[in-house]
Amino acid sequence: MRSHLALCAALVIVFGALTSSAYAQDPNAARSLAATCFTCHGTDGISVGGVPPSLAGQDKKYLLQQMKDFKAGKRPATIMHQQAKGYSDEQLEQIAGYFAAVKPAATAPASRGGY
Amino acid sequence: MTISRRDFIKWVSATAGAAAVSGCATTSGSAGRVIVIGAGYGGATAAKYVKMWAPDIAVTVVERGAEFISCPISNLVLGGSIQLKDVTHGYDGLKKRGVTLVRDEAVSVDPVKREVRLAGGNVLGYDRLIVSPGIDFMYDAIRNYQQAESSGRVLHAWKAGPQTVALRKQLEAMRDGGVYILAMPLAPYRCPPGPYERVCQVAHYFKTAKPRSKVLLLDANPDVTSKGALFKAAWKGLYGGIIEYRPNSNVVEVDASSMTVKTDFENLKGNVLNVVPPHKAGLIAERAGLITANNRWCGIDWLTAESLAQKNIHVLGDATLSAQAMPKSASMANQHAKVCAAAVIALIKGQPVNPISMLMNACYSFVSDKQVIHVTSVHAYDASQKTMLPVKGAGGVSDKASELEGTYAWGWARNIWADTLV
Ligand code: HEC
Repeated sequence: MRSHLALCAALVIVFGALTSSAYAQDPNAARSLAATCFTCHGTDGISVGGVPPSLAGQDKKYLLQQMKDFKAGKRPATIMHQQAKGYSDEQLEQIAGYFAAVKPAATAPASRGGY
Repeated sequence: MTISRRDFIKWVSATAGAAAVSGCATTSGSAGRVIVIGAGYGGATAAKYVKMWAPDIAVTVVERGAEFISCPISNLVLGGSIQLKDVTHGYDGLKKRGVTLVRDEAVSVDPVKREVRLAGGNVLGYDRLIVSPGIDFMYDAIRNYQQAESSGRVLHAWKAGPQTVALRKQLEAMRDGGVYILAMPLAPYRCPPGPYERVCQVAHYFKTAKPRSKVLLLDANPDVTSKGALFKAAWKGLYGGIIEYRPNSNVVEVDASSMTVKTDFENLKGNVLNVVPPHKAGLIAERAGLITANNRWCGIDWLTAESLAQKNIHVLGDATLSAQAMPKSASMANQHAKVCAAAVIALIKGQPVNPISMLMNACYSFVSDKQVIHVTSVHAYDASQKTMLPVKGAGGVSDKASELEGTYAWGWARNIWADTLV
């Protein structure tokens, strides 16, 4: 009975945390947002051949600033200015955080393919 | 932000279960079995990402082809600047990741027993099935089509592979002064800008090798369906006098012996006939009971890619009923697959599914061997309408064709190939 109560209490706390923010619910929310960039910038932001550039391991502040500059039209681009506008600043911050935390050398060998 | 009672209970039981496991018992074997049908852009990406994000899940891919042949970029084979091998890749990268590859064809699915039957006789059981079958053609829409195709004289070449090479050979064999006809069905079809890129590539070849030849595009659509102004500028600026565009021209019959196509209005003769019938989801989707719209496409829940018709079966890529302004493209299939992979893992492990979904599309088109244009869009899940909607103010097209975007198009290709297969 005591452990049952404790479990309930813990659940109430967790449930409260869950409802406070949409992102708290999915621990992989940042990864899912960043995955929309992998198509062009490579799996986990490790670009095959370096075009477009790798995002993995880049400084979070730098990445976020670039995205905001693309969004505001301050940095000229062929395509990024149109894509950056699709994400909120909060989402861009999550994405920048995800890529900044990737250690390029530590990822699976397979992501440096022969293309 | 709201959380449904069902999700909450699911989440609670998962948490309670995890607590129990860590307290005493241990689990053995894999955490679950995922079968993927089709190793194109959707299926291969899904297999890779389920395995990469959850190595304890067993992933098996059923694919009938020996190699991955990319439709994107393959129009350059027709233009002559590359060969089919340049867009062909092996499946070794998936194997290295721990994905099991079965070279066979899925012929039926039992959604109750959760089993996939293969042409070779094997039966594979699954916890979650991911179906990424691409498209098949609605041959009945064009009279005499199958006859004409099997004679080898009329090709679609709308699935990169042997027909791409055969079409290039027909173009090479055509006399200078001949006519190449491309006929396209009404949207939705695979790769909206594909036909307009294709006529650029053929015209690029004619311009240098057979300058008296003509390209005729018979489009069932009322106008160019993608990047219209940019393509028309290329047709005029680069290929003036070579390309003729006829909208509202729906081909209803072909005659291979007289090399004639018939629209509702006229009969037209060509030296090379490239006729693309309308599409529907690949046959296995129909056999598995996944078709929900117009007898053609598979409706899915955009947060999980789970079929609206069958539990525990997910559908990706061109076979899906596209959401508003969402093209049937490689970029989209690759991105559907990651949303699906994350959801499949969460569902198998009893974790909550991400209530937010974002997808980004980009299609690069080569208007010559080096000059490229793009179209891009961002799509976000709308909880009230339960579908993906294009994000307002985002997306767009190139200002003009450029070689710089040619470099980025190849960068896109190399990265999506690796992201899908390695
Ligand atoms: C369709 C391909 C494509 C996609 C998808 C894409 N990018 Fe890019 N990215 C490019 C290209 C091309 C450039 C070069 C700038 C330009 O011309 O737009 C670039 C440049 C960048 C740069 C500048 C890099 C530097 O070193 O200064 C950043 C940062 C960036 N992208 C972030 C992102 C993020 C974050 C996403 C996902 C939300 C993303 N990109 C998705 C193609 C893409």
